[in-house]
Amino acid sequence: MSEEIVLMKGNEAIAHAAIRYGVDGYFGYPITPQSEIIETLMEEAPWETTGMVVLQAESELAAINMVYGGAASGKAVMTSSSSPGISLKQEGISYLAGTELPALIVNVQRGGPGLGTIQPSQSDYFQTVKGGGHGDYRLITLAPNSVQEMADFVDLGFRLAFKYRNPAMILTDGVIGQMMEKVTLPPSRRRRTEQEIREQCPWAALGKTPERKPNIHTSLELDPVIMEKNNERFQAKYREIEKNEVRYEEIQCEDAEYLFVAFGSAARVCLKAIEMAREEGFKVGLLRPITLWPFPCKIIEEYAKKVKGMLVVELNAGQMVEDVRLAVNGKVKVEHYGRLGGIVPTPDAVLEAFKEKITK
Amino acid sequence: MNKNDIVSPENIVYKKPELMNDTFMHYCPGCSHGVVHKLIAEVIKELGLEDKTIGIAPVGCAVFAYNYLDIDWVEAAHGRAPAVATAIKRLNPDKMVFTYQGDGDLAAIGTAETIHACNRGENIAIIFINNGIYGMTGGQMAPTTLPNMITSTTPRGRDVRMTGNPVKILDMLIHLDGVCFATRHSVHTAAAVKKAKKAIKHAFENSMAGKGTSIVEIVSTCNAGWKMTPVEANDWMVENMFPAYPLGDLKNV
Repeated sequence: MSEEIVLMKGNEAIAHAAIRYGVDGYFGYPITPQSEIIETLMEEAPWETTGMVVLQAESELAAINMVYGGAASGKAVMTSSSSPGISLKQEGISYLAGTELPALIVNVQRGGPGLGTIQPSQSDYFQTVKGGGHGDYRLITLAPNSVQEMADFVDLGFRLAFKYRNPAMILTDGVIGQMMEKVTLPPSRRRRTEQEIREQCPWAALGKTPERKPNIHTSLELDPVIMEKNNERFQAKYREIEKNEVRYEEIQCEDAEYLFVAFGSAARVCLKAIEMAREEGFKVGLLRPITLWPFPCKIIEEYAKKVKGMLVVELNAGQMVEDVRLAVNGKVKVEHYGRLGGIVPTPDAVLEAFKEKITK
Repeated sequence: MNKNDIVSPENIVYKKPELMNDTFMHYCPGCSHGVVHKLIAEVIKELGLEDKTIGIAPVGCAVFAYNYLDIDWVEAAHGRAPAVATAIKRLNPDKMVFTYQGDGDLAAIGTAETIHACNRGENIAIIFINNGIYGMTGGQMAPTTLPNMITSTTPRGRDVRMTGNPVKILDMLIHLDGVCFATRHSVHTAAAVKKAKKAIKHAFENSMAGKGTSIVEIVSTCNAGWKMTPVEANDWMVENMFPAYPLGDLKNV
C-alpha cells in the first residue's frame, strides 16, 4: 500500500499503522475505549497480506505474556488496552523490562480508580512513568496529541524499543483514541524475514544454531552480586535514553511570559486556551512533553528562568505537575489545573484557572 | 586395566544426552525432574529439532530448566507459559515450541492460560509435572495435592471441605477440541521411562505436524517435599497418586 490520506479515529490509525509498518503480531483483549484497535485489525485481516498475527487473547494477562513470548523471538509485537486492563499487564511489562525485550504497549486511558469510567482521563501518568510493575525499571513513554501522532508513534515506539531493548508505551486517552482527524498513513513496509531478525537481533530465541550459545530470556538471578550488576546495566541504559530521547514541542514560547505544560488531549485544550489568553493580553506559551519518560526536565528548567509562572493542565488530580515542580525546583510558581473522573476541561475553564492561580 | 581401557566406544552402552549441559542440577536426589529433562533432550536430538526448538520454562522447581538443556529458552511468569508459547509458535510456525510446567503453575495460577491455549488448539506441547506439592517454595499445598495429604500449608492434611478436591486438569482438558493428545505417565521404573519418552516424542511430533495441543502429564515424586526417601516416595506414588491419577492415554486423535 502506498501513502494515503484518510479520515479516521485515533484507535483505527494505530491499527492501520501497525499493519503498514510491518508489525509482526498484535495480542489484545477488548476494553472500552480502545476496542477499535483489535476490531480494525480483525476487519483488515493482515495475516492474509503481510502475515501479521492478530489474536484475541483470553485476558490482558495472557495478551501481555503473548507479547513477551513474541518479543523473545525477536518479533515486533504489540498489545493495547485501557487503564483497568493496563493494570493487569503490569507484571508482564516488568518482565519485559527485566529481560530487556522490545515491545509496544498502547494505553488508551479512561478514568479510574477501579473499573472507573469509560470516559477519557490521564490518571495513569504515575503508573506509567513511575513504575507500575515491580522493580527498578523505566518504560519509554510517548504521548500523542493527534490522530497523526497515534499512527507515527507506532513506528517511533518500536524504533526506540528495539534500539534500547526496552518496552515502550503509547500513553494516550479516550479523546485521542475516539476522535476522528485527517491522518497520513505511511506506505507499507514489509515485515522482517527470520534471517534479518537473526542478524539484527542475535539475542532472539528462534532455535539455537551450532555457531552460537543458547539464547535464554529470563529475569531471574538468585546471586545478588550479579542481580545488582544487571540492575546497574538497566540503569546505565535508562541514563542513555534520558540523554538521547527527550522529545517535546514548544508552541508560542518565543515571547511567552507564562507557560502551560500539558500532554496529549490536555495539550489540545491548551492550544485554544493560549489563543484566548493572548486575546486578553497574556503572553502564554505551551510546552508539550511528547516523551513523558524520559521527561523534558532541562527545557522546563530553562523556562523557569524566563517565565513568571506555569500552569500544568492534566486530566487528573495532579501527577505530571510533580515532575514539573522537580524540574523547576522552586524557581517559579507552578500550579495545577485538572478535571477528574472522565471530565475534559474546556479552554474557558483552563483560562479561568490560569488567571486565578497564576496571574493573581 | 585402567578406566580408559573400559571406556572405549564399543563398550559404551549409555551416555549423557548430547543436549544436556555439563552442569550441576539443583534438583533433589530422587526427584523426577532430572529424568524428564533427559527424555526431552533425547527426543529433541532424535527428531533433529535442536535448531528449531524453543522451550518455555515455568516458575517452580523447573524454573532453571534453561540451565540444563542446550536449546533456546524463554522463562515465563508464573502460570503464563502457554500464553508465551502461543505467540512464539504462531509467529514462528516452523518451530517446535513446548512448555514445561509444574502442577501449581499449570493447574492453579495458570489455569486460564492452560485451558485457552488448549481450546485454541495451539500447536504446542505441554510437559506437565504433577507431584502434588509446591517444591520450590518448600512444600505447600498444590491444586493436585491428595485429600488428607500433609503439606506445609495443610499441616493436618488437606481438608477437602476447606480447600477443595484435587484438580484433575487432564480429565478436564480432554473435552476441548483443540487437544489432540493427552496422556499420563510416570518415570519411576525403566519401563515407565520408556513409555514416557514415547509420549513426549509423539507430543513433539504433533507440534511439528500442526495437529493441535498435546499434553503429557508425568505423575512425579517430590521425596524432599513429601519427606520420604526416594524409594519410599516411589512406593507412596504408586499406592496413592496412581489411583487418583491413573496412567495411560486419555485422548489420542
